[in-house]
Amino acid sequence: MITCGASELAIRKREKSMKMTGAQILWECLEREGVKHVFGYPGGAILPAYDALKHSSIHHILVRHEQGATHMADGYARATGGVGVAVATSGPGATNMVTGIATAMLDSSPIVCITGQVGSKLIGSDASQETDITGVTLPITKHNYLVTHAEEVAGTVREAFYVARSGRPGPVLVDITKDAQQLSCEFDWDAAKPQLPGYRPDLSPAPAEYAQALELIRSSKRPVILAGHGILVSGAEREVRDLAERAGIPVALTLLGLGAFPASHPLNLGMMGMHGEAWVNHTIQDADLLIALGMRFDDRVTGNLKTYAPTAKKIHVEIDPAEINKNVKVDVALVGDLREVLHEMLPKVETVDRAEWLDYIDRLKGDSAVRDIQNLPDSGHLYAAHVINDLWRETREGNTVVVTDVGQHQMWEAQYYKHEQPRSLITSGGLGTMGFALPAAIGAKVARPEAEVWAVVGDGGFQMTMSEMATIVQENLKVHIAIINNGYLGMVRQWQEFFYERNYQATPLLNPDFAKLAEAYGIRSMNVKERSEVVPAVQAARQHDGPVLINFQVEQEDTVYPMVAAGAALHEMIRRPSAIVETANDE
Amino acid sequence: MLNTFVVYVENKPGVLTRVASLFRRRAFNIDSLTVGRTEKPEVSRMTITVDADYDQARRIEANLYKLVNVLLVENITNEASIVRDLAMIKIAAKHEERSHVLELASVFRARVVDVSPESLTIEITGAEDKIDGLLEVLRPYGVLEMVRTGIVAMRRGSKSSTPTASNGFTKAAAAGEEDVSYSV
Repeated sequence: MITCGASELAIRKREKSMKMTGAQILWECLEREGVKHVFGYPGGAILPAYDALKHSSIHHILVRHEQGATHMADGYARATGGVGVAVATSGPGATNMVTGIATAMLDSSPIVCITGQVGSKLIGSDASQETDITGVTLPITKHNYLVTHAEEVAGTVREAFYVARSGRPGPVLVDITKDAQQLSCEFDWDAAKPQLPGYRPDLSPAPAEYAQALELIRSSKRPVILAGHGILVSGAEREVRDLAERAGIPVALTLLGLGAFPASHPLNLGMMGMHGEAWVNHTIQDADLLIALGMRFDDRVTGNLKTYAPTAKKIHVEIDPAEINKNVKVDVALVGDLREVLHEMLPKVETVDRAEWLDYIDRLKGDSAVRDIQNLPDSGHLYAAHVINDLWRETREGNTVVVTDVGQHQMWEAQYYKHEQPRSLITSGGLGTMGFALPAAIGAKVARPEAEVWAVVGDGGFQMTMSEMATIVQENLKVHIAIINNGYLGMVRQWQEFFYERNYQATPLLNPDFAKLAEAYGIRSMNVKERSEVVPAVQAARQHDGPVLINFQVEQEDTVYPMVAAGAALHEMIRRPSAIVETANDE
Repeated sequence: MLNTFVVYVENKPGVLTRVASLFRRRAFNIDSLTVGRTEKPEVSRMTITVDADYDQARRIEANLYKLVNVLLVENITNEASIVRDLAMIKIAAKHEERSHVLELASVFRARVVDVSPESLTIEITGAEDKIDGLLEVLRPYGVLEMVRTGIVAMRRGSKSSTPTASNGFTKAAAAGEEDVSYSV
C-alpha cells in the first residue's frame, strides 16, 4: 500500500534517485509503506531522525514510556490489520520496548520498531546509552536488523515491513546507528526492493491433504471448529462462517479469536479453555473431530494434553509449519493462508445434518445458566460481570472496540461482552501483559478514530502504564477507561484462594484515588459503586466530548468461573459453588 | 536418535547467533555445529547434529525455516552421505614409545603433523567412531591435548543442493522434490 498524496513526493518520484540523509530516507520509506502515525519518544541516538520528522507528513504521537509506544503500535495494528510503528532511542529507550515487542511476538501482531543506536564507530565500546538491542530482542522478534550505513536504510525498512506483515505476522526491529541517520546517500526506492531469498511466507497444502481433510469432515458425527486469531489475521471470517453453516459445525473460539465468528450466531458456542464456558469444553472433549483454524493449541485452551479431546481426529489449518504437531498431534495439517485454504475447500464441503450433535450440545448448556452471576438475585453488590454486561448492552449497536488488560476483568470481558465484529476485542493473550490495555486502546483509537474505544482494565494493570493518560490528553483522544477495581491483583488472588490456601501474599492493593488522578490529567471521571449507577455512567461517558475514566468499585473477592486448573483435564472445571446455585434455584 | 542437518544460510553477520539462539530457546540440545563457506560466496553452510526424535526433528526443521536468513534445510540422517570429523591429538611420547604411536597412527591412516622431544601431534580425519577408536588406543600413552572440529557432512552422488542467495532461489523449488506433507 503506497500512499503518496503529497506533491513533494510526486516531484521526488519523477527523479530516479536523489541524495538524502538516512533520517530523511527513513521517513520517506515509512510514508511509502503507508504509515500515517508513529508512536515514539526521542533521545540522543535517534535525534537525527526526529530532526528530519519536520518535513514528513507522518503524525508523531509522543508517549510517556517506550513500552507504551510498542503497545500503541500493537493496538494500532490489531485494530486495522496494518503495521504499527514505534520509535525510540538507544539503550534504555530500546530496552523499554522489550515487553511490548514480546507481547506482539506471542500474539503475531505486525509492528515495526525503529531504534536509534550509537555511532557505528562506538559500537561495542559500552558507549553512553549503548545496548545491543538486536541481541536483546533476537528471540522475541520475527526478525531484526542493525543498520550501520545510510545506504542500507531504504532496503532494510522495506524488508522490515514486508516481513512484519506477511506470513504469520510479527514484530520487526530496525536499529539504526546515529551516523547512518546523519550521512547522505542516493535514495532509490525501486532499487531497495526486499531481497529475501530464504523467506517463504506463502506455503500451500498438497491436494491429497485437502482430500483427507474433506473426508474427515464428511464422515464426522461430532465435529467442532476451534476458531483462533488466525481468522482475523487472514481475513477469513466469511469463509469460516460458510464452512460452519454448510457443514453444520459448531464453533468454539479462543480468547484472541473472539469477534472472528459472530457471538449471536446459532452455531457459536463461545470461548473455550481455562475460563471457557463449561459446555464448550465438554463439547471439545466429546467431539470426534476438531477443525483447528488459525489457532495453536495453547496450554490455556487444551488443559492437560494427555486427556485432551481423546476421541477426536484433528485437522489443523495453520500458516506456520512450526506449529504443526507442537502441542497436539494432528491427523491432517493444511499449512497455508487460512482464507485461501478455506476458499479451496469450501466448494467440496458437503452439507450434513448434525441436529443430533447440536441438540446434545444444547443440553450441555443446561446447568450453566443457573450458575451465571447475571441470573443470581441482586445482593446489592456490584460484580464485574454486571459492569461488562451493561457496557455491552449500551455499546453493542455501535462501532465499538474494547481493549482489555490482563487478569480477572479480561476473562469476564471475554465471557460477558458478546463480540459480533472482527477486531472489536483487543487483548494480550499469549504473553498476558499487564499494562497493555491503556496504551493499546490509544493505538486503536488513533487507527480508528470513528470507533468508540473502551479500555477495560484492572486496578493493578492500570497502574503499570497509567502515565499514558497524558498522551490521551495531549492528543485529544476520546478514549474511555473503565477500571474494574476490586482492590486486589484479582487473578493472582484467585490462584492463591484455590491453590495456596487463601494466603493472600502481595495481592491486596492500596490504590490512589483514580478519579482524582484522572482529573489531574484533565480527564473527566466518575466513581461507581452501585449496580444501578453503571448504565447512567456509561451513557454519560459516551455523551461527553472527550475522554472519561470510570472507576467501578466491584465485589472484592469474586472469582472467575469456570476454571480449569493448570494441568487438569479440560472437562475438570472448578464451577461456581453449588450453595449459590441452590440459592438461585430457590428463587 | 542423532539427527544430522545440513543448513544453508545467507552469509551475513549474526546468522550463526540466530541459529544457535533458536536451539537454545526451543531447548533442542546441539551435539555439534560447524559452519563454513561453500562454493558460493553468498551462502554459508552449517552441519548440525542434534539428539531428537522424529517429531522433534520435524519441528527443528520448521523452526529453522522460520529464520529469515535460512535458505535451505536438509535432514540427511537417513541418506547416503559422507560424514567427517577432524581431530588433532597431542600425545606424550618419549623416544622409546614413538614407534608404537606411529604404528597406531598409520593403522588409522592418521598423520603426524608436529614432533617435539616430549610429544607427537597427530591429525586424523574420518567418521566420529574412527576418531574415537584412535583416541582409545592412544589414551594409555597420555593425551596432553585434543581438539575436534565437529562433523561436516555431504550427500553422496553428483547432485548439489547449494542454493544461491542472488538468483531468487526459493525453498519451494528445493522442497518440491521432497515429501513436504506435515501430516502424520
